[in-house]
Amino acid sequence: MNEVPMLTRFTASTEGRLALIALAVFLVMALLSPDKFLSVQNLTSMAFQFPEFAILALAMTITMLTGGIDLSVVGIANMTAIVAALILTKLTGSGDGWAVLALALSVSVAVGVVAGLFNGILIATLGLPPILATLGSGLIFTGIAIAMTGGSAVMGFPPATAWIGNSTVLGIPTPLIVFALLALGISLLLTRTGFGIKLRMFGANPLAARYAAIDIDAMLLRVYMLSGALAAISGMVVMSRANSAKADYGSSYLLLAVLIAVLGGVNPYGGYGRVIGVVLAVLSMQFLSSGMNMLQVSNFARELIWGTLLILVMIMNTWRAKPRKA
Amino acid sequence: MKIDWTRNETLVALVILGFCAAAAMSDPGFLSLATLTDLLRGGIVLGIFAVAALIVLISGGIDVSFTAVAAFTMYVTAMILNAALPWLPWWAALAFGMAVGAALGAFNGVLIAFFGLPTLIVTLGTMSIFRGTMLTFIGQKQITTLPPGMRDFGRMMLLRGENSDGSFYSLHGAFAVTVLVVVLTWAILHRTMLGRQIFAIGGSEESARRIGINVSRVQFFVYIYVGALAGLAGIIHASMARVANPFDLVGLELSVIAAVVLGGARLAGGHGTLTGTILGVALIVLVRNSLIVLGIPSTWQSVTIGCLILLGTGLPAWQAKRAAARAA
Repeated sequence: MNEVPMLTRFTASTEGRLALIALAVFLVMALLSPDKFLSVQNLTSMAFQFPEFAILALAMTITMLTGGIDLSVVGIANMTAIVAALILTKLTGSGDGWAVLALALSVSVAVGVVAGLFNGILIATLGLPPILATLGSGLIFTGIAIAMTGGSAVMGFPPATAWIGNSTVLGIPTPLIVFALLALGISLLLTRTGFGIKLRMFGANPLAARYAAIDIDAMLLRVYMLSGALAAISGMVVMSRANSAKADYGSSYLLLAVLIAVLGGVNPYGGYGRVIGVVLAVLSMQFLSSGMNMLQVSNFARELIWGTLLILVMIMNTWRAKPRKA
Repeated sequence: MKIDWTRNETLVALVILGFCAAAAMSDPGFLSLATLTDLLRGGIVLGIFAVAALIVLISGGIDVSFTAVAAFTMYVTAMILNAALPWLPWWAALAFGMAVGAALGAFNGVLIAFFGLPTLIVTLGTMSIFRGTMLTFIGQKQITTLPPGMRDFGRMMLLRGENSDGSFYSLHGAFAVTVLVVVLTWAILHRTMLGRQIFAIGGSEESARRIGINVSRVQFFVYIYVGALAGLAGIIHASMARVANPFDLVGLELSVIAAVVLGGARLAGGHGTLTGTILGVALIVLVRNSLIVLGIPSTWQSVTIGCLILLGTGLPAWQAKRAAARAA
């Protein structure tokens, strides 16, 4: 008796529909090439692939919740990866690989936080629109990465570096664990802390938040610092998996991160978004992407399909949200 | 004439003058007709793109798909003209490109005007759709033999000559097209009701709707016009480069928007001038072409442009914030 209303309630929410989409994509791909798609090898390789851009999508999510956007995430990821890479290559041989790796990781996350602080100052203190601020700073970060390396890739890391992106812990790929911890952390931050509530309040209605005496500048600074730190972590995963760092890695991830956040039901005008939605969106994209890989669809066709998906989901979501005009 | 120091135009003009003075000091050869024609040539395609981006910004939107529209248009037009219509003269080839661009722009227009989707997300999506469609279904190889119409256009020069030191200079015929585009856009923006409506929508969409402006129709026009201009820029780019490379142009969109915003257009909409846009383009072209003259390695180019964007948009934003704080 209760089943029907429960099902409609489930599909009425963005996350519920998304869960169905993820499941449907998984089933279709599994049916199209059961022996390849369902192989342990494919499932683990997927778990290694998606965390890099999924972490960027988390960064995009928190900035979008405030009604902003962070277009500099890929620039930050590459810049911090190059800083870490230079530390790793310069200090290798001077002792334990693990110590150097720990140093490189902490420095790169610190650089990411500083880069995010820079964005935050531009947006909160100087009042620049987030799109422009992060567009400009993204160019600067990419430019610094190019200037540090002359545009070529940095290679030759100690073997310990591979641990972040290429190893498993108890049989689970490390990047997946990193992503799961971050997603859980962000989810708790958004739902269980005052900071998270203020952040969503501000996104829903900036003026009301101002009247509610929320220290908006401090909040925005922290949001963009967090976004910078997440971008840096994603940069580390990319660096470890590629075993090199370069100024133009992951340039296609920017669109992908925006796409995943929007697909996951995050409102680009701010105020609404849940981490579970983003996780489901990431899974759908990865299933689709791996499946297309197996069916030997080109990269360009993938770009086409992602763009189409982005627009279709936007149309679906706004159609529901807007009351029909009389 | 009274100089308004708070305007972006003044700021950008001063930076341009300073840049030129510094460049002329480190290389006296900088002040020559050859440099000037080089800069004008560099501004042709960028200028048309910037005018397109300006109109979108004034209407309160943002378009990042126009470079993909241009790339798609130049490739598809070169292909169709080669295959089916090789006898088309140059002006018809340009018109053909504008039509293709307008059709793609209409696609953006439908999504934005009639579905009411956010412009950044829509154009991010269509950017990858246009590019993906072209590279998947149409082709990935350069077209090195352009159709005769585009070849003729590529050879057209407004003036050409030789300096006393033996270096050549020339001004491409396409420069006249850019001037025409600027004049036409100025007329639309400032001499028609449609132009008033574009400004009004950018100022406040809701107010515009309430005073009886058909917002969807105006937005639809804006995206078609932008598409047509982008198509035109694409054809000109290919004609001047004498090759249609499907991987060209995309990636340029952010520099273009930066140039326009530098010139004083606001992302929030409702504000923007053609003078500012032209100055912004001039500055970006100057930085791209002449950084090396100043002794700055080209690897620092994107840092320089990024800083210019932040400076150019940061100063007015900061002033506005201070003014608001004083008023409160």
